[in-house]
Parts: sequence; structure tokens; C-alpha cells
Amino acid sequence: MKVLVAVKRVPDPETTIRVKSDGSGIETDNIKYVINPFDEIALEEALRIKEKLGSGEVILVSIGVKAVSEQLRTGLAMGADRAISVGCDQELDSLGVARILAKIVEQESPEIVLLGKQAIDDDANQAGQMLAALLGWPQATFASEVELSDDQQSVKVTREVDGGLETVGFALPGIITSDLRLNEPRYASLPGIMKARKKEIKEIAAADLGVDITPRLTVQMLEPPTKKEGGKKVETVAELMTLLHDEAKVI
Amino acid sequence: MGNILVFAEIQKGSLPKSSLITIQAGKEAASKLGGDVLVAVLGSDIEAATQEAAGYGTAKVLAVSDAALEHYLADSYAAVLEQLVQANQVTMLVATSTAIGKDLLPRVAARLGVGMASDVVEFNEDGTLQRPMYAGNTVATVALDDDIKVVSVRSTAFDAAQPGDRSAVEQTSVSLDADATKLQFVSFNETQSDRPNLTEASIVVSGGRGLKSGENFTTYLEPLVDELGAAMGASRAAVDAGFVPNDLQVGQTGKVVAPDLYIAVGISGAIQHLAGMKDSKVIVAVNKDPDAPIFNVADYGLVADLFKAVPELTEAVKKAKA
Ligand SMILES: Cc1cc2nc3c(=O)[nH]c(=O)nc-3n(C[C@H](O)[C@H](O)[C@H](O)COP(=O)(O)OP(=O)(O)OC[C@H]3O[C@@H](n4cnc5c(N)ncnc54)[C@H](O)[C@@H]3O)c2cc1C
Ligand SMILES: Nc1ncnc2c1ncn2[C@@H]1O[C@H](COP(=O)(O)O)[C@@H](O)[C@H]1O
Repeated sequence: MKVLVAVKRVPDPETTIRVKSDGSGIETDNIKYVINPFDEIALEEALRIKEKLGSGEVILVSIGVKAVSEQLRTGLAMGADRAISVGCDQELDSLGVARILAKIVEQESPEIVLLGKQAIDDDANQAGQMLAALLGWPQATFASEVELSDDQQSVKVTREVDGGLETVGFALPGIITSDLRLNEPRYASLPGIMKARKKEIKEIAAADLGVDITPRLTVQMLEPPTKKEGGKKVETVAELMTLLHDEAKVI
Repeated sequence: MGNILVFAEIQKGSLPKSSLITIQAGKEAASKLGGDVLVAVLGSDIEAATQEAAGYGTAKVLAVSDAALEHYLADSYAAVLEQLVQANQVTMLVATSTAIGKDLLPRVAARLGVGMASDVVEFNEDGTLQRPMYAGNTVATVALDDDIKVVSVRSTAFDAAQPGDRSAVEQTSVSLDADATKLQFVSFNETQSDRPNLTEASIVVSGGRGLKSGENFTTYLEPLVDELGAAMGASRAAVDAGFVPNDLQVGQTGKVVAPDLYIAVGISGAIQHLAGMKDSKVIVAVNKDPDAPIFNVADYGLVADLFKAVPELTEAVKKAKA
């Protein structure tokens, strides 16, 4: 079983994001970058599939600036077998990402592609679904459980949806995107980090793939959100009730 | 400008509030950009939902009834919407960012070979759109450069459509190719609850890690929730710990809510949580830590031990109602 995992380099969710004063982007000084948390979960699931089967290959792919190799190295240390770094200096939208990934899928022929449900920088929640459409493959987004059939020909995926949990099934190949409760990603172990140094990161250029990645969605300006002021602090329920009743008039 | 197609989800045979919000968002887009609003309803037994959808003063309802559409599945529904877009001079497709909207729209966009904007909160007159990014730390002005624009809207940013003139109903049939029927529905495990829907309620009471256990949600939080007739929500930490079901998570990667009153109990106020509730009209926080960031967005902050304060609050609400 070959599993491809798409990982994006994003600002650490713990960092404070500030908009540049001219609105052209976010301040990138002092930002620490990490693997998009959902993609770490996707990678963990791929590793578990491989471990359960006792065979297979987990391949990472990341598209972006050269520095994505840091995140790929982390993923290799967690246990992925090899990685592909697709160099691309221009801004991409999710359609561009999906088009590049579709090319990589064509070259690698994985049975499963795992992605995060959403990149926590653009908050788009699109690339997995778009990739599925481009390939004509089935998709199971927002996965909280993945169950591979005994013959390894199909999967059942439980999905976090409105009002409960839905299970869908499909014959492989297919696309799965991870939600938060799918698993808890492991940390890279010291031996894992040592081994990762020798694993291959293949570098290719997006321009050489022959796909149109001109963004169709462009960001023209960023603004900080309107700031909400903190209000009154009280110490008793009686004071709170008076305010809710007389001032806010919500109770 | 061509037509604006809105996808109206059906739940248990009728239109949930989110679908009325989608229709309203379509109308707002039309009033700024021009074009007629068409409403798509898909399913296997949709006569009632079609009639309902025809009650909001839109130009047309396009009804696609097919046994293969009994359950929502991304591949078949995306194929149908693509065909409706192509056949009806559609230049904008709109749905709300529900679980279905999020799953479906990007697939339609890619089938059409066009880009998409998620979670739009405003249509600007010049055709650009406003949407939050970075967990709500920024609001972006974005442009879609295709002739067909695919847009999901945030339910908290639009009202529900008001009833209007009857729309013409057109029954349409479509064909589903092999790529559109690979997904199979297996089962739906519904969260049982008599409470209002989290995204529709006018009052939401959410609990966090401070509650410490699922039992404490039942003993301490639920009486307050029910006394207020509220919906219950939770932080990611509370959901991850298994205190409450997954679909109660409020935040950047959960549900976005904006009720008249939001009460956060034992929630610290991480940016990812704030992203899902900071547009609520009145925010109340109950937290024993006076420095908790939740107090920076709360209109009223009660610095107290929740295990003492919440039962008192429940009693006080009961008295106030009597
Ligand atoms: C990729 C990603 C996505 C995320 N998405 C979301 C999301 O959608 N929604 C979300 O909520 N979070 C999300 N998070 C998690 C978020 O960063 C926080 O970890 C989470 O919101 C913390 O939950 P909490 O406030 O319940 O817990 P904590 O931060 O542990 O806060 C508990 C609070 O309870 C208070 N408390 C404890 N005991 C008492 C008591 N007896 N009385 C009164 N107060 C008490 C404490 O003072 C504290 O402030 C996400 C994180 C990541 C990395
Ligand atoms: N530049 C990228 N490189 C690799 N994978 C990506 C990239 N951008 C997005 N993805 C994948 O697509 C998922 C959804 O991204 P998005 O549509 O941007 O929310 C992410 O969780 C990643 O798995």
C-alpha cells in the first residue's frame, strides 16, 4: 500500500499573527513554522496504516518555498519513508495546490492520498476535495476513523459532520482528509530524527510539471479584524444577573 | 452578470435555517452584482422541500429528484451541481459553510476548473469578497478571477431569507457518470439531543476543560443550558477529552456561532476558540483566572469558581423567569 500525504508549512498556531501596516500580508519576522496540525494527523494515520499492514510506503509531498524541507524532515523523522519537495515561490490557491498534487499522484500512483481538512493559515478547506474532483476519485473529508478492509481494496471512513458521525465507504484509490479526532500524532523519536537525515527528499520545480497554477483566488488586502473591547468584570452572580437583565437585556 | 445558483441543503425532508441563509446570501449577491437567483434542491423524495424552497421570491427552483441522490454524497452531488451551473448560465454558485457545503463546493469548483472563496462574510459592490483568514486574526479582501465564481458563505454573516413570491419550479434530470457514483453511504450515527441547534440558537452556553469531566457537563452545565433554552457548545479541549460529542466544538476548526448571548464556562479563550464565537452579540465568561484571555472579548466577566457560580446562575435565571 502506497500512501501519499500532503503537508503544508504554516505559522505555528501558537504564534500571534499580525497584519502588515500596508495590508499586503502578515508580519513574518519571528514566526515559527510547523507542519499544518491537520497534516500531522494525516501523516500519523498513514504511518498507522503502514504499521498495521506491516508493509507499504508513506510518501510526503509539500509545495512551497525551499524551506519546506524543514517540515519534510520532521515528517520523515516521524516515520515517513521519503519526501517530495515541489519548489514554488509564487502564491498558490487551493486549486493550484490540487493541480500540482494531481500530477504527483499521476507519477506515484498511491492507493490513498491523505491531506488535512484545512490549512490553518488560509483556512480554505478545499485542496483535498479539489484533488478528488481532478482525479475523479471518491473523497472522505473530516475523517475521525479510517478502517481499511481486510483485502485492502476498500475503506470505510467515519466523518465528523453536522449533527453526528457519518460513515461512507469506497473502493480504493481515494482521498481522505483528517479532522482533529482521527488520532494523536506521535513525536519524532531521536532514532527517528537520525534516520530521517538519510532519507530522500526529491526536489522538483512546480514550473516543470506543466500545470497551470495561476491563482484564481487572489488576496488583495488584509486587515486586522475590528477589535472587541473587554467589558466589565464582576465577582458575584447577583451582579452579573443585574447587568444581563438591566443593561444587556438578554435575560 | 449571469444567474446566481444557490444550493439549498435538505435535512429530514425540509430546509434547515442554513439553507434560508444561503438563499439570502444569494439575494444579497444578486442585489450587488445583478443576475437572478436560482435555487437547487437535490434528493430522492423532495416534493415538500421543493415547494418550501419556492416560497422565497427567487426566480426559479431547480429540482433534481433521483434515487441515486437519496443520501448526500460529494461525488454525485458535485456532478449534478456542475451540470446545473453549465445548463443555466450560472456565474456564481453559493452554499453555506455547513459540513455539506464545505465538502461539496470545492469539488464542484474543481470540476468546473475554477477557484473558490470559502467562508465569505460579505459581497462587495466591486465584485470582491470579504473572508476571514488565520483563525480570524485577519479579514481578507479577495477576488475570484474566473467567469464562474464559487463561494461558500458563513452562516453568521447573513440573515435567513424572508418568505416572498412563489418561484417557478423546474424539474431537471441529470446524468451521473462512473466517477460520480464511487462513494457509498454506510450509516449516520446521529447525536441525540432535544436542544436547539448550535448554529441556530439565540443563546449558546459552552463549556471547556475547566469542567473537568463529562459528568460535570451533565451536573453543572446542562441545567443552565436548559433553563435558558440554549444550545450547548464546547471548546476543542473539552471535545478532545471526550466530555461531549465532536460536533459541539466551537471555533476555527469547528462551528462558528454568533448568538445574542454566548456564555463561556471554564474556557480560557484561545484564538482558535475566539474565531468561532467572538461575533456573538453579548459574551459572558465564567473563569476563575482573572487573566484568562476570554475576558478580553467578554462583555461581562465573572471571576469565580464555576462549580459554585454556575449552579447559582442557574437558580438566578430560574427566579428571573418566574
Ligand atoms: C489546529 C488547531 C485547531 C484548533 N481549533 C480549535 C477550535 O475550533 N475550537 C477550540 O475551542 N479550540 C481549538 N483549538 C485549541 C485551542 O488552541 C485551545 O487549546 C483550546 O481552545 C483550549 O480549550 P479550553 O479553553 O477548554 O482549555 P484550557 O485552555 O485548558 O482552559 C481551561 C480554563 O478553565 C479555567 N478553569 C479551570 N477550572 C476552573 C474552575 N473551577 N472554575 C472556573 N474556571 C476554571 C482555567 O482558568 C482556564 O482558563 C485548536 C488548536 C489547534 C492547534
Ligand atoms: N502548499 C501545500 N503543500 C502541500 N500540501 C498542501 C499545500 N497546501 C495545502 N495542502 C494540503 O491541503 C490541505 C487543505 O488545504 P487548504 O485547502 O489550503 O485548506 C492541507 O491540510 C494540506 O494537506
